[in-house]
Amino acid sequence: MTIPKESDFEIRIRPNQSWLRIDLRAIWEFRDLLVLLVRRDFVARYQQTALGPAWAIVQPLVMTIVFTLVFGKFAGISTDGLPPILFYLCSLLTWNYHAQTLQLTAGTFTTNAELFGKVYFPRLVVPLSIALSNLIGFLIQAAMLALFWCYYKFFTSAGASFGTDARALLFPLLLLHVAAVSVGSGLLIASCTAKYRDLQHVLPLVVQVWLYLTPVIYPLSKVPARWQWAVALNPLAPLLEMTRYLLLGRGEIHPGQYIYSVCISAFLLVAGVMIFQRTERTFIDTV
Amino acid sequence: MRPIIELQGISKKYQLGRIGSTSIRDSVERSWNRLRGKNGNHRVCRSDFWALRDLSFTIQRGEIVGIIGQNGAGKSTLLKILSRITEPTKGEATLRGRAASLLEVGTGFHPDLSGRENIFLNGAILGMRTKEIRAKFDEIVAFSEVEDFIDTPVKRYSSGMYVRLAFAVAAHLEPDILLVDEVLAVGDAAFQKKCLGKMGDVARQGRTVLFVSHNMASILALCERVILLNAGTMLDNGPTQEVVREYLKSTISQEIVALDQRADRSGDGSARMISCKIESTESGHLVSSTSRMKFSIAYKGDRPLKHTRFLVTIYDYTNTGIYLFDSDAVGGIPEVLPAEGVVTCTTDPINLTPGRCYINLALFRGTALADHIEQAASFDVEADEFYSTGRVPPREWVLCLLRHKWSFAENAR
Repeated sequence: MTIPKESDFEIRIRPNQSWLRIDLRAIWEFRDLLVLLVRRDFVARYQQTALGPAWAIVQPLVMTIVFTLVFGKFAGISTDGLPPILFYLCSLLTWNYHAQTLQLTAGTFTTNAELFGKVYFPRLVVPLSIALSNLIGFLIQAAMLALFWCYYKFFTSAGASFGTDARALLFPLLLLHVAAVSVGSGLLIASCTAKYRDLQHVLPLVVQVWLYLTPVIYPLSKVPARWQWAVALNPLAPLLEMTRYLLLGRGEIHPGQYIYSVCISAFLLVAGVMIFQRTERTFIDTV
Repeated sequence: MRPIIELQGISKKYQLGRIGSTSIRDSVERSWNRLRGKNGNHRVCRSDFWALRDLSFTIQRGEIVGIIGQNGAGKSTLLKILSRITEPTKGEATLRGRAASLLEVGTGFHPDLSGRENIFLNGAILGMRTKEIRAKFDEIVAFSEVEDFIDTPVKRYSSGMYVRLAFAVAAHLEPDILLVDEVLAVGDAAFQKKCLGKMGDVARQGRTVLFVSHNMASILALCERVILLNAGTMLDNGPTQEVVREYLKSTISQEIVALDQRADRSGDGSARMISCKIESTESGHLVSSTSRMKFSIAYKGDRPLKHTRFLVTIYDYTNTGIYLFDSDAVGGIPEVLPAEGVVTCTTDPINLTPGRCYINLALFRGTALADHIEQAASFDVEADEFYSTGRVPPREWVLCLLRHKWSFAENAR
């Protein structure tokens, strides 16, 4: 009989633990779970579908065609002189990552109630895994964009109207910024839906309204000057402009707006994590 | 050495009426009323319910401790707090070691993933590292007996295979502290026995196990010490035999099973059995091997019933008949019964091994079958000291117990 020797390892369980202390060590200990959850999400999402991961392409492609027809051709909304298909594909790259991450993160408590009620692991692993597994769809979409980009650049007359350079390498930083907005706001909504199930029905509305308030289907330059301030309130607005600036070389970047966006995003993330941790502690009592 | 688990004044309050999701309207209404100083809506948040009250105890390294108590005694709440699924309202608990909780087997299994992938996922959810799982992978698969299907999605598994795989993962956890909630009540008898054996092994390796169960047989088989909870407080804490005996004596067990809504019945319906109460005749005891039993069947017909005959049959889980109580064979029911009433059947000591039993009920009027309900109800026979040694054979071996004597005749030859 071997008795494991006493270690200093100690777990203290008491009420009202700090909201802000993120147990990074515990999350690190569960890094394997993080990897497996990402894998599970990927496999579960695409298994038994005829097209498999190709679905990640179909949705943005269809949306791009619809946008090109409806907003480009019928409504005549300008695309800043860029080929409309490229403009919309590029916008959707960032927007889709945001929308999907936001929606899935917002469901953290409701979809995992069963699991959370039976076993403990650092709950933040779940939103983290969502942010990571959405990268897979993002990369597939990015590859498609690259194909279209090359086609327009080298085989059409529009090739001269856009371009990029080493600044495209800054894109990962931008994505991190987008992820902060998506996860932060997703965590806030997740905590609210845990308490008020009604909000589940509001989420699709939030996403849709947010889409129209963000320069996804129109460039920021086309927003009338007296409404610029309203668009600028949205932390995501400069990020869409930045996306197109980094990848297509077109976009209006106002440093002031950008700094504001960084602050709001950081605030969203911190507030999201805080409220999430507050909710997590007793969420299961109200299921 | 300091105790591995230490609880100091752990209390947990639930707010009744707020369990279940609240809506914004409720919240707004409540705050509005509070603002106006009106108590009219206190119906919503009126009653606090203390699931645990000021619970303190310690557990030493390497102990296997059972937690028993009736439904609602706070057993599950206690495990949830120690597993960190929810936090206590007051008090503090310290765990000096890594803890893994098994409140359910197969937590987080994904139906689309193969058995192999689920072993890794489930293991990781329970706190194992991928490296660790890889090292034990073959052992886990062998234990689960599903080798041939390991690359098949688990949604194609039979429920037995699913449970075996899930338990196999759990059984190979190696935490310092294992918190277990009745997961042994799964699978077939042979597999249950294997699981019990595995739990014993875990303990022999010097790990600490906290084991919540309703099943007195497995508590008696596994635990050295038992904590008895009642209404959120500790009623008793001591050697297993003593506490279990105390529990069986103190616990009131009677269950009224409503039968009027059951659709799976046969018979002409001219009279129906509407409920059945199963209890031990020693008032207030749980049904155990030495209990005399009492079945009270409430019936209802459209007019007074003539020549009625009631039948109660007791079966085990394999559907093997054990006893038949027939009112015609014994007598005692008057020629004519009122249209509505309760008939009672009492027995001698039942002499059954611990385990679950099922009953079928039938009601005849003359030779016509008026009502028949299969598996009308079930009851659990608890282990007790049928033989003074406290050792009774398990249900998997035999159904019945009979007192007997052994002797050695020196001059027999």
